[in-house]
Amino acid sequence: MQPNASGYFGDFGGRFVPEVLVAALAELEREIEIAFADRGFWEEYHATLRDFVGRPSPLYRTERYLAGISGVPLLLKREDVNHTGAHKINNTVGQALLARRMGKKRLIAETGAGQHGVATATVGAKFGFPVDVYMGAIDVQRQALNVFIMQLLGAQVHSVSGGTQTLKDATNEAFRVWSERVEDTFYVIGSVVGAHPYPYMVREFQKVIGVEARAQCLERYGRLPTDVVACVGGGSNAMGIFSGFVDDGDVALWGVEAGGAGVETGKTAASLGAGSVGVLHGSRSYLLQDGEGQVRETHSISAGLDYPGVGPEHAFLKESGRAKYVSVTDAQALDAFYAFARTEGIIPALESAHALAYARDLAARRGADDVILVCLSGRGDKDIAQLRDR
Amino acid sequence: MIANAFTAAGRDARAAFIPYLMAGDPDLETTASMLAALGNAGADLIELGIPYGDPLADGPTIAAAGQRALARGTRIADVLALVRRSREAGAPPVVLFTYVNPVLQFGVERFARESSEAGAAGVIIPDVAFEETAELREIFSQRGLEMPLLVAPSTPLERAVEIARVAAGFVYVVSRLGVTGASTAGRFDAVRSQVESLRTRTKKPLAVGFGVSTAQHVREIASFADGVIVGSTLIDAYAGREGQDATRAVSDLVERLAAATLAAKPSR
Repeated sequence: MQPNASGYFGDFGGRFVPEVLVAALAELEREIEIAFADRGFWEEYHATLRDFVGRPSPLYRTERYLAGISGVPLLLKREDVNHTGAHKINNTVGQALLARRMGKKRLIAETGAGQHGVATATVGAKFGFPVDVYMGAIDVQRQALNVFIMQLLGAQVHSVSGGTQTLKDATNEAFRVWSERVEDTFYVIGSVVGAHPYPYMVREFQKVIGVEARAQCLERYGRLPTDVVACVGGGSNAMGIFSGFVDDGDVALWGVEAGGAGVETGKTAASLGAGSVGVLHGSRSYLLQDGEGQVRETHSISAGLDYPGVGPEHAFLKESGRAKYVSVTDAQALDAFYAFARTEGIIPALESAHALAYARDLAARRGADDVILVCLSGRGDKDIAQLRDR
Repeated sequence: MIANAFTAAGRDARAAFIPYLMAGDPDLETTASMLAALGNAGADLIELGIPYGDPLADGPTIAAAGQRALARGTRIADVLALVRRSREAGAPPVVLFTYVNPVLQFGVERFARESSEAGAAGVIIPDVAFEETAELREIFSQRGLEMPLLVAPSTPLERAVEIARVAAGFVYVVSRLGVTGASTAGRFDAVRSQVESLRTRTKKPLAVGFGVSTAQHVREIASFADGVIVGSTLIDAYAGREGQDATRAVSDLVERLAAATLAAKPSR
């Protein structure tokens, strides 16, 4: 679905930013319109994804994970085997190509766990942009390896000590820095969030997941899946895979949020499940907030899902009923993480483990005539130190 | 009417002086005493910040002041009570400065009604693009609240003219790219030429803010603009002080900066 002229998906989206950024957003919107209509742009994007990222990513049928639960085939879209280990690079390649077309001189990015920061540092190195990454002070400490990787790739990592010292505040800081350097700087946002046109643009760069998966599924199995399952923090891997199937009315779409300690406990990151409509980081969507509009602290075992907002198109899909949003607790995600590693020989990212945990529940209600497709959005190497230290 | 503050200053051949305070920092009582002191110190209009945890248009000074106010439990009702007290004490008109999400959650209608009942003159919301302001402006104006709008250095002239056309009270001309915060550089050449261009296209008062820290800055801006907005440097002035001590630090500085608005302004 295209957002309307004001950047809305139904009631969600828009442009809630200081005036200083409006001209840059308008410039980006114009550039996207031209670039997206330019076959040469997409040829370079896809060639880079093929040769640099390693696309198309495989579609893999699991063999043991669901044993004893269900005979339903479980297919994985293997974003974990991408260069840099997650779907994030699909988006940063696209935005770097746009930045180059627009003659921008440097890239900035926010990051939580560091995956988007690494993906941005990677394209910065490849395309020759200086990169500044903003990261909450707490995340800098708990994701020391990714900080080192970003630095190795030539990026400057700035520790953000304001507010909660996590992704939300890193994003605030990136917006502030962007407003200072808006003339020569491209802000590479890492998810389908932010002011229009970011949610739309990022989805278009992640759509490759869904387009490939749909074609692979048809080619291999001669049918579409019954269910598509993806984890949702900001929601870019989910928007990416959903957009391949959103027009296939029979395919159920499931977004799995981070329940944390449980949505009823308040220690959660389930914005759609436990939040309400408001404005955060430039767009109108669901967020976790109090009655006075202050953004609440979130909790999830998975840093990549530990975000109080969610992309506006997910809010729209929730309201329209086209996608269903559920949540999985920290404990359920961990259980799935270990079970999956031991039965499939793949260590999933903790984010993706949320989708795998829900797939197991769903499988109990499905049979051999159905097909479940999960977006395995990233690999779990980044989480190993955290789990070892628990 | 916000415009009266500019008219009165203009009669004295000076620019209006507009200090910004964060409600609830260092505490509500101190903010109340600051509000009461600012009129005598030379303020023509006061911007009163409603604390918000994720202020995209603010630099570290105001963001930290907001965090402190929130940590002390400052609520929107407390801020409105401050407005009421300051009006009863005869303080200059107050324009609330808030981000959009608190207004949405409080309820736009309710916010407009209660702000108006408290005696606020207007509301500034820096994180709503002008295209998104129509409904807010309508609801506010029904309650007699004016909504000044911001123009940035990156705003093209035709857009700035459009913004000025619907802005109520005054046009808030941002002096530089970036966020609020004291500056030592104080380069106002670009904003001067923007103000001069806009001047030929609007009759509304043009007030300049962001990065205004010294009497020299105020003097320079007062020579071409109708108002000067100063925030972060006032917060820096009372850092670490409390009560009357903090109030005195702010009112002394306001007095010194407000005196610098007596500039040889070209008559219009």
